[in-house]
This record gives sequence, structure tokens and C-alpha cells, in this order.
Amino acid sequence: MVLTGIFLYSPIALMIVFSFNAGKSRTVWSGFTLDWYSQLLKNELILNSLYTTVLVSLLAAFFATVIGTAAAIGFHAMRRRVRQFFMTVSIIPAVNPDVITGVSLMLLFVFIRSVTNIELGFFTLLLAHITFNVPYVILSVMPKLKSLNKHLFEAALDLGATPFRALCKVILPEITPGVVTGALIAFTLSIDDFVISYFTAGSSVQTLPMTIYAMTRKRVSPEINAISTLLFLVVLTLLVIINIAQRKESRRVKH
Amino acid sequence: MSRRYAFPHVGWMAVFVVVPLVLIVGFSLTSADGGVTLDNFSDMMKYAPVFGRSLWLSLISTAICLMIGYPLAYVMSREKPAVAAAALMLLMLPMWMNFLLRTYAWMSILENSGFLNQLLNVFRLPNVHIINTEAAVVLGMVYNYLPFMTLPIHTVLHKMDKSMMEAAGDLGANSAKTFMRVVLPISVPGVISGITMVFVPGVSTFIISRLLGGGKTLMLGDLIEMQFTGNAYNPYLGAAISLVMMVIVLLSMSVMNRFGDGGESAVVL
Amino acid sequence: MSKDLIRLVDCVMVFDDDVILNSINLTIKNQEFLTLLGPSGCGKTTTLRIIGGFETPTSGDVFFDGVRINDVPPYKRRVNTVFQKYALFPHLNVYENVAFGLRIAKTREDEIKTRVNDSLALVGLLGYEKRRVHQLSGGQQQRVAIARAVVNRPQVLLLDEPLGALDLKLRKEMQAELKAIQKQVGITFIYVTHDQEEALTMSDTVVVMNNGEILQIGTPQDIYNEPINAFVADFIGESNIIDGVMIGDCDVEFSGRRFECVDRGFDKDEPVDVVIRPEDLTVGEGGGQLSGTVSSVTFKGVHYEMMVDSGGFSWMVHSTLSQPVGAAVSLSVKPFDIHIMRKGKTA
Repeated sequence: MVLTGIFLYSPIALMIVFSFNAGKSRTVWSGFTLDWYSQLLKNELILNSLYTTVLVSLLAAFFATVIGTAAAIGFHAMRRRVRQFFMTVSIIPAVNPDVITGVSLMLLFVFIRSVTNIELGFFTLLLAHITFNVPYVILSVMPKLKSLNKHLFEAALDLGATPFRALCKVILPEITPGVVTGALIAFTLSIDDFVISYFTAGSSVQTLPMTIYAMTRKRVSPEINAISTLLFLVVLTLLVIINIAQRKESRRVKH
Repeated sequence: MSRRYAFPHVGWMAVFVVVPLVLIVGFSLTSADGGVTLDNFSDMMKYAPVFGRSLWLSLISTAICLMIGYPLAYVMSREKPAVAAAALMLLMLPMWMNFLLRTYAWMSILENSGFLNQLLNVFRLPNVHIINTEAAVVLGMVYNYLPFMTLPIHTVLHKMDKSMMEAAGDLGANSAKTFMRVVLPISVPGVISGITMVFVPGVSTFIISRLLGGGKTLMLGDLIEMQFTGNAYNPYLGAAISLVMMVIVLLSMSVMNRFGDGGESAVVL
Repeated sequence: MSKDLIRLVDCVMVFDDDVILNSINLTIKNQEFLTLLGPSGCGKTTTLRIIGGFETPTSGDVFFDGVRINDVPPYKRRVNTVFQKYALFPHLNVYENVAFGLRIAKTREDEIKTRVNDSLALVGLLGYEKRRVHQLSGGQQQRVAIARAVVNRPQVLLLDEPLGALDLKLRKEMQAELKAIQKQVGITFIYVTHDQEEALTMSDTVVVMNNGEILQIGTPQDIYNEPINAFVADFIGESNIIDGVMIGDCDVEFSGRRFECVDRGFDKDEPVDVVIRPEDLTVGEGGGQLSGTVSSVTFKGVHYEMMVDSGGFSWMVHSTLSQPVGAAVSLSVKPFDIHIMRKGKTA
């Protein structure tokens, strides 16, 4: 376990240390500095791509959550056979290698461009992200629906609620945890995605992972270390907050 | 509840999942001048070494992940819940960093003048040349995909009723026998999904091989990527390779599933 | 008991080529306590769901107060349901669960308060308003489900095996309580159960169903004393059912002997089912109509249950006096305790 720990964390530790390195080398220590961080904050390219990433992730997570939740509810009402068929098709983007999802969407967008002059760019990037996010939303909402008392919906109808109101007032509140989880997974996947973005964003927009890729190709660029450190800290803080929130929640339920 | 709510998604799938796959099939059967052809598949033969290397490196990485991941998951599942939870979180934490960055970190370590060789210098040991070799690619894959192997195994072992091991002991099995005859068969589904989750992205990666293999160890993912964005631009061939890769992935998944069904008896034997 | 409230006319339900209901005709009177009784899969729950509006019959009509309601959705029917596993809304507390229907109907807040309180008082749950439903015991959840339904002042309350999840003692208590609640609110209860004792205890009318058909409709007394066929007799309480042949009016032969009975109108030599309740058989030490050997004795609290083998048939006998296993005994039965039934007869 300890060895695995070292294996997992030494690269990250080294990155963090060298993000404060005064020299440009990635391996030779030549004094402490915060220059890379200040350069990072001035780097238009990085800031722009960060903005693109966050925007596309928020939008994609939002649309994927709406489409996916509705889909899960619809699937739930279907007969088993039909549902299984649609589920299988739905999770294709989740099981297919990213490269294939990426190039197949690229072919589609290139085809669309040839008939409508919609260029590859932010819009196609968003469409691609929604597409690969939806399965994860469905997969996290579906179990919640399955574990519901199957008469809950009928009970609401019985008490005078129209089907739509029953859905809003009874079913949605019950599956909210699944919907939120789905949205979070979708958002994280979008933030993290490189491969599919790489094929579908075209040349006019860049997400942060795409920018990082471009930088790694140039090899010498200590700003990467600074980005890594910042991202690591952000993730760490988020996880700690989520953990504390969950602990509070479970304590509240107990009382 | 109404089926209608699924309609927007079904429409979306048709356009963004089914049509693109149809395009892949269509392109793979099309020649550059627009005619129907099977040439793309025969052209692929010259890339046979790439297919071989991809499968081979992914297999090795999967095996190494299994060798590290299984004991790790087993030890974790036997720890107290608090320790196990902490270990799990430590295992997952690096996954939250973009894998480009994780892979990039290894570049600094493995370089000829990198940390590893500096460390070896300190101990006056001979230097090693790893970067831009297949070994570096395997290392990168193991590093990136190890949690994919460990997690499903841990989930299965964690859910396993601990009294089953006591029951095995009660029935006269020593700890080795208990492990071989009870724990291992029960964990097969976890191992299966672990193997799938490492092998599939392994076969299709093009970042790890690009960054750590230095472009010398071309893999299937690279090959596809080059056909679509690189100088070699040939989406017809790229689509054909994608199609073949999809078949490989589907095959390995169905083989794994088959294993999952009959696996219990197979392992006991 | 007054006018007819609900009428099912020739209701047929077919699902995936399976006939769930085969031409159900049923009239339910206002304010009556009617029980649909039968083994699982007999169609009783489907019948209830048709009345509730959750299923539409494949053919046939449903009338409510003289109006055809086949296509009226559940939320427009003046009918409320107590579901099998209660189906309480987990995200709402007790008060909000009960208030749900009133809020949907946009009732004034002060009226909601009075009515929720009234109905919680009715089920004895005042003071539980703020509890979450998963903090309640099974019996309490049951009461919330009832309160949530009756607060809407439906004309009919449908109850789908509402006591099925409770333990025996609680079930007995709730039976009495449900009956009391029905008297108090004065509305029609349609109750589904597979428990014959529950049906006999609570109902004004019992409807016995099997294989999607109604076998018999009657008061609990009718059903118990005059079961229409062997199935009903066997399902309602324990029975000895033996093949017999009618010799003539009030004259039947079974177990190799002729017996006097009270049934008329059968053909001569017509094969019939002869039904005798275990408590109607008297055990003697000789001189009875049948002789046999005691093969087992079980103490059942109030009585002994003995199996007596006679002429290749094993008779079940309930008696307050026991006989040792292996004892030679005689059995006798009074003519009016012998029930003759045509083979395979339905309603």
C-alpha cells in the first residue's frame, strides 16, 4: 500500500515542488519563485481556454441532466425489452473508446458543415459534450427510479395530482440525489475531457485540456506545473468540502 | 409516468450516436474518390505491427494493473472502514487531475536527465533509458488506469459478507484455501470489469503513447488520430481502423462477460 | 345501505394474451364494506385498480353514480386508495403527506389545518405531524396512509391488502379500527385481501374470486355456510371435500355409505363434491356413521385438530376432546352440515 502510495503521489509531489522552481528546468532546482503563477494569471490563452472549459462544462452538464433525467423517466415507463434496447444504445458513448466517439462525431460535424456551413467550434463542442454526458446521467438516475415504491406516482394521481404535477411534486424530489450525482459526474467529465474535445472543437476554440496538451508538446513550460498545482488544490478543497457535507448529512439523517 | 419523456433523448441519440456510427461504417467502405471499396481494410494490413503492439502493450498493462490492484483492493477491504475509506480516497485523488498532467509529470521523471536517473546517480547506479520506449508507455498506462482495476475489485470484496470467510474457516478451510475457494471466485465479476476498464482505454489511447513513447511507439489510437487530424489525413482508412477497434473492444467485452457467467466454476477448478 | 354506487359491467382485462379478468359483473352499494377475496393472481387487485382508474378494462364498462368513467383519469375520480405498501411520500413529513391532496386541490390553508388535524385524530396520530414517514412503525405508516386518503372526503376508499405487511396482533387491532373508521366516516370501503378471516370479520359483502372470475357474492355468513362450490368452501375456512354421488333428493352416497342430507334438485347418480367442515364432525368411540383410525393429533389452542383415516380418505376433525393416535373412532355428521356442490360450478 505504501509503495503504491509513493508510486501514485511522487509525480504529483514533484510537480508541486517544481511549480515554485526559479529555473526553467523541470528537473534541476534553482531557487524559489512564484513567477510561474503570476505568468499563468496573465496568460490570455490559458485564461480563455479555462473560460471555455467551464462554460462548456456547465452548459453540457445542464442540458445532459435535463435530457438524461427525462430519458430515464421515460425509459422507466417502458416495457422491459424496449427499455433494455434503448439503454444499450444509450450507453454506447460511455463504453465506446473516446477516440471513436471523437472521430465519429467529427465525421458528423464535418458532414453537417458541408451542408449547412455550421463550422466546428464552441457549438459542436457543446453538442459533443452533451452527447457523452447523457449516459452517465441516465445511469445515475435510473437506479433511483427503480428503487422507488412503484405506487408512489399512482398515489399522487389518486390524491388529485395531474401526471405532470405528480412528476414534479413526488417523483423529482425523490430522485434528486441521483439527478445531482449525474449532473456532478457530467460536469467533471466535461472539465476533464480532452480526447473528444480535441476532435470536435475545430481550430477556433480550445478547452483547458487542449491547451495543456499543446503545452506538453512544447515540453519546456513550467507553467504546466503551476496549473497542475492549482487544479490539484481546487480538487482537494472540493473533495474535503463534499466529504464534510456528506458527514453532516448522514449525521442529520441519524438524528 | 410517460414514455414521452424519453423522446428528446431518443432523437438526440439517433443524430449524435447512431448517425456518427453509420458514418464510420460508410466511410470505412468508401475510397478517396467516392466509390465503394474494401481497400481500406486491406490497406490496414501494413499496420499489423501497430495492432499487435497495441494489443500487447494493453495486455501487459492490464496484467500489471491486476497484479498490483488485486492485492491492494484485498488489503483495503480487510482494513477498518475508516482506513479503507481514506485509502480509497487517496487512490482516487490523482484521478481528479487531468490525465495529461499526470502523464506529463512522468515525462519529467523518466527523461534521460530526469529525476529517476538523478536518483540513480546519487546512489552511483547506472542510468536507465526509459522515456520513448514501450516500457514508458506501459508505465504510463499502469499509472493512469490502476484505479480502474482496483476500484471494481474493491467494491466486490467490500460488499462480500465477511461471515462467509468465517464460515469457510468454520468448515475447515485454512486462510489460503478460503482465499482460493471463496474470496477469489466471489471477486471474479470485479476482476472482469477491472480488466475491461483497463484494457479498453489502453487499446485506444493516443496521448500516453504520444507523450511517453515519443511517437516511436505508435498505437491504434495514434493511428486513428493521424488519419483524421494529422498530415496522413485519410478519414476512410481512419474509419476502417475505428471500426476494427470497435469490433476488438466489443469482442473483448463479450469474452469478458462470458467469463463472468461461467467464471465461478472455472476459477474453483 | 342505499343506492348502487359503482357498477362493473362485463369487465374484461387482457394483458399480453393473459386473461386477467374474465367478464366481471359487480355492483357496489353506497356505504357498504365490500371485500374482494381470493388467492394471489385471482384478479382482485386488478378489479380494484380498474375502479381506482389505474387500469382501463380491455372491454366492458365502469359506472360511478350512473356515469360511465372508463376514461376518467385517477386524479379526477372521487375515489382514494390506500396502497399495499402505503406509498407514502418519503420527502414529506406526516402533516404534508396528509395535506398533499388538499394542497393539490388548492384548499385554503386554515381548512387544510383543520381537516388534516381531524383525520390525524381519526387514526390516532395527533402529535406526529412533524415526523418523517421513515421514522414511523409499520402500523403508524398504515394510519398515515388512511388519513391521507380519507382527508380528501372521497366517496369510496379502496384498500389494497392494507394490513398485509403488519404482524398478526397489530393486524387484528387494525381490523377493528378500520371497521370503526368506516362507520365513522360513512363511506364505501372496497377492500382487497387474500385472508379469508379478515374478509369474514370486516365485510358487509364478500366477493370470492379465482382465475379472473367472480365465484360467489354474499354476506360473510352466506359465504361461510353456503359456499357455492368446493373451491369457495376450501378457501373459506378448512373443509373436508370428498367425491360423492347423489342417489336422490336429500340422499347422497360417499365414503361407501349413504347419508341423509338437505339438498334437493340434483340428477340421480350425479357426481358431486361433498363438503363437511371439520368442526361439524363429531368423534365417538363407536356407533357413528363412519369408522376410522386417528392418524395424528395436533393441539391448536382452542381445540384439537385430528386426522382420522376412514375408507381411504383422511378426515380433518376439530374437537375439544382428543383421542390418542391409533385409536379406533367413529365419526358422525348431522344432515344439515353436509353441503352438496355441483362439480365445477361457478356463479
